[in-house]
Amino acid sequence: MRSTLLIAAVMAIGFPAAYAADTINAAGATFPAPIYQKWFQEYHTAHADVQINYQSIGSGGGIRQLTEGTVDFGASDMPMTEEQMGKITKFKVLHFPTVLGGVVPTYNIEGVAATLKFTPDALAGIYLGKITKWNDSMIAKENPGVKLPAADITVVHRSDGSGTTFVWSDYLSKVSEEWKSKVGSGTSINWPVGLGGKGNEGVAGQVKQTPNSIGYVELIYAVQNHMSYGEVKNQAGAFVKASFESVSAAAAGAAKNMPADFRVSITNAPGKTTYPISTFTWLLIPDKIENAGKRDAIKAFLKWMMTAGQKDCEGMSYAPLPAAVVAKEEKQIAMVK
Amino acid sequence: MLRLWRSSLNNVMLTLTGVCAVVTASALFLILGYLLWNGGKSLDWNFFTKLPLSPGDLGGGMANAIIGSAKIVALAALLGVPVGFISGVFLAEFSNKGMADFIRYTADLLNGVPSIVIGIFAWTIIVVPMRHFSAWAGGFALSLMVIPVTLRATEQFLTQVPLSLREGALALGASKWKSVATVVIPAARTGVLTGIILGVARVSGETAPLLFTALNNQFWSKGFNEPTASLPVMIYTHAISPYEDWHRQAWAAGLVLLGLVLVANIAARMVLARGAAAQRG
Amino acid sequence: MATVAQTVPVRARSFFRNLRAGDQIAYLITFLFAASVVLVTTVLVFELWQKSELSIQRFGFAFLRTTTWDPVNDEFGALPFIYGTIVTSVLGLAISVPLGVGAAIFLSELAPPKTSNTLTFLVELLAAVPSVIFGLLAIFALVPLMRLYVQPALIKAFGWSPFFKGPTYGVGVLTASIVLAVMMFPYIISISREALIQVPREQREAALALGATRWEATWDAVVPFARLGIVGSIFLSLARALGETMAVTMVIGNDPRISASILAPGYTIASVIANEFTEATGDMHLSALVELGLVLFLITIILNGLGQLLLIVTAKPGTAR
Repeated sequence: MRSTLLIAAVMAIGFPAAYAADTINAAGATFPAPIYQKWFQEYHTAHADVQINYQSIGSGGGIRQLTEGTVDFGASDMPMTEEQMGKITKFKVLHFPTVLGGVVPTYNIEGVAATLKFTPDALAGIYLGKITKWNDSMIAKENPGVKLPAADITVVHRSDGSGTTFVWSDYLSKVSEEWKSKVGSGTSINWPVGLGGKGNEGVAGQVKQTPNSIGYVELIYAVQNHMSYGEVKNQAGAFVKASFESVSAAAAGAAKNMPADFRVSITNAPGKTTYPISTFTWLLIPDKIENAGKRDAIKAFLKWMMTAGQKDCEGMSYAPLPAAVVAKEEKQIAMVK
Repeated sequence: MLRLWRSSLNNVMLTLTGVCAVVTASALFLILGYLLWNGGKSLDWNFFTKLPLSPGDLGGGMANAIIGSAKIVALAALLGVPVGFISGVFLAEFSNKGMADFIRYTADLLNGVPSIVIGIFAWTIIVVPMRHFSAWAGGFALSLMVIPVTLRATEQFLTQVPLSLREGALALGASKWKSVATVVIPAARTGVLTGIILGVARVSGETAPLLFTALNNQFWSKGFNEPTASLPVMIYTHAISPYEDWHRQAWAAGLVLLGLVLVANIAARMVLARGAAAQRG
Repeated sequence: MATVAQTVPVRARSFFRNLRAGDQIAYLITFLFAASVVLVTTVLVFELWQKSELSIQRFGFAFLRTTTWDPVNDEFGALPFIYGTIVTSVLGLAISVPLGVGAAIFLSELAPPKTSNTLTFLVELLAAVPSVIFGLLAIFALVPLMRLYVQPALIKAFGWSPFFKGPTYGVGVLTASIVLAVMMFPYIISISREALIQVPREQREAALALGATRWEATWDAVVPFARLGIVGSIFLSLARALGETMAVTMVIGNDPRISASILAPGYTIASVIANEFTEATGDMHLSALVELGLVLFLITIILNGLGQLLLIVTAKPGTAR
């Protein structure tokens, strides 16, 4: 008797009113997940019938699930390649840039609280496995005042298919011929060294818990977890720390040359104050959405995101979209039918 | 001299094996202790009633994961127990030896499939055609793990029912199926029930098959057609994250999950022990 | 005009006919359910095979011995994962078997019945603890312990050998092996204890009568008798350990590399599938992952089969010579 009551109760909770709209399912990049989750929560509070369930499983995951059709839209820090887009026959994928962010080298070194300066060669050398100790000359010479220990560097990278990995490896490919030929760029690459962490969260967690380690994460993850992150030397020769301003500077140049489909890489951008490892991140929206309720909700969300949502950026250390980009994007919303 | 060596060896080895036994038995206490300490600190009313919040916002909970787990496990039991039970009846009562061996072998095969591979299978035949993640897929995956356990338990306890009981029923004029349904199965019900409880308790803690079937969900999932949060998957994602608050919640969830699983196990064993004693005495 | 003597057989015949029909229906229904179990298992194996076709065609048997795992260039080799899976499981056994068999010996031979039953009950409850909970404890309790105390100590003592080199990550092959060892305790202890209990009392009593100490009687007369059962338990535990996903994924370091050092990170088949499956964007990548699953499944079948065989053999009385 009691068990039937229990089953009935579970069913009752499981089948509540079909009156509310369906949940919209999305999955993808962990890079922008903190601000996406804030947005979706904010939007749900304002529009109680719209529930967007976002799972941060990595950019690779977002692309795959969108291809399989198991989510309503995806998210990725790496623009989809022609090959990937060609696999989807039911609809075309529209890329909607949402925010800009920076990928920072975060580290946890015993006894070192200072902000380290990294040259592109140093970062490439560490991730190629050629620089193995923290007090190596390539790191030490840029950081004369800092006492670096003679400890082994524990390298941490992503174990899942990641747009953040794409941005990091894309940057390293641009600044290091050796990296480009040996490893290349992509969401899942053949890492020469290091431990794998799942998601930006996993890498941050691993670095936080492992002394003398280094990892690459989106700026917000280092900030939220009070982790040290270093300055990187940009094309103009200045050492820049990732911040709202330096990432925005990278975006400013891109706005002028933005292609029509918004797929662009802005790593190693020129400019004295630009942060060299910056990137757009995109929502991957199908251009044909059958469910009218979902379609209208998604379009309304996109409009909100580009305008009202952008004010959340500064507090979370992402850079907002340049006005010129927003203008172009608003026109693209109309393409979603 | 030799005698001294032999008797000291005797004492040493006896003590060593005793130490082995104590060490292994204490592993359970260590696990429970850690969970009670860390989980107990983190368990609060919010945990049971609130939805998860984005990292950085305190005060969230795992209410949807608790309900989600209940839904998925209930589905797994509803799908898996009848199939396993009735197949077990076939094996024990109606089939010939050759078929029985074959079916038993197949069930053992299914039992031996690594849980992640079960997840792959469920993804292939349910998630992809349905085009979304769902509690259905998760429930199906777990039911595949419930079936072999239930089948074995049913077969084992049915065959243990003494011949005298069966023959008595047949002698009274009951047909085969009637004797099975009204005499044999009730006689074995304690053991079979225990097996079922143990099997269902085991799958309630499984994570791997849910990773690509039910996925996860920030919100309440309506019905069974949406990605559904579950306690094991929540524990996993929260444990590997860098957020202190999420770690706290992972401990709390771990305590709740382990508590449920252990209670089910202990209850099942007690039922079995009492049932066995009743049959003997 | 039908007499009573004639109508009774007619009624009896139709009654029996209905009875048979009832039995036949029962047979049919139960048979269908049992057949569905066979069907679903067959479909499972078929799906696994079919989804790995792409990868099998492309790599053939070289898949099993190549070490590159490169999704960018679609080059996939299973060796690092097979290595990681086997090494962690075998190392886990190396830790678990002495402790487990020792405990089983104590519980079956040397302990008073009440203590034996209580301790066995506690050990068997360990089998009910979900894998993800082991993982949770491993991340927060075991890994810091390894990183701060155990690994440095091992390096200091054995750093000259190639097995204990490298930075003290905390995570790694050894850590994963320890977690697996704890997860295998209940299986080894429970099954070995059963095997030891089944050894006829005459064995022990004969040895004692000849003047053996309790330990000697146990070790030299009883344990060899249960040898096959103990080995069977080892195979079965090994089969379980190979498929362990969550606990291992959380502490193995996720690095598809083969190193001699057990302090280094590694990767197992189950872990790479768990990490990469939802994100494998290329068809070849996905197919390679499914093929890995198939390989794992096959290894598990073989080990399970061997284990079951050994247990069946020991169940027959008078065996295990």
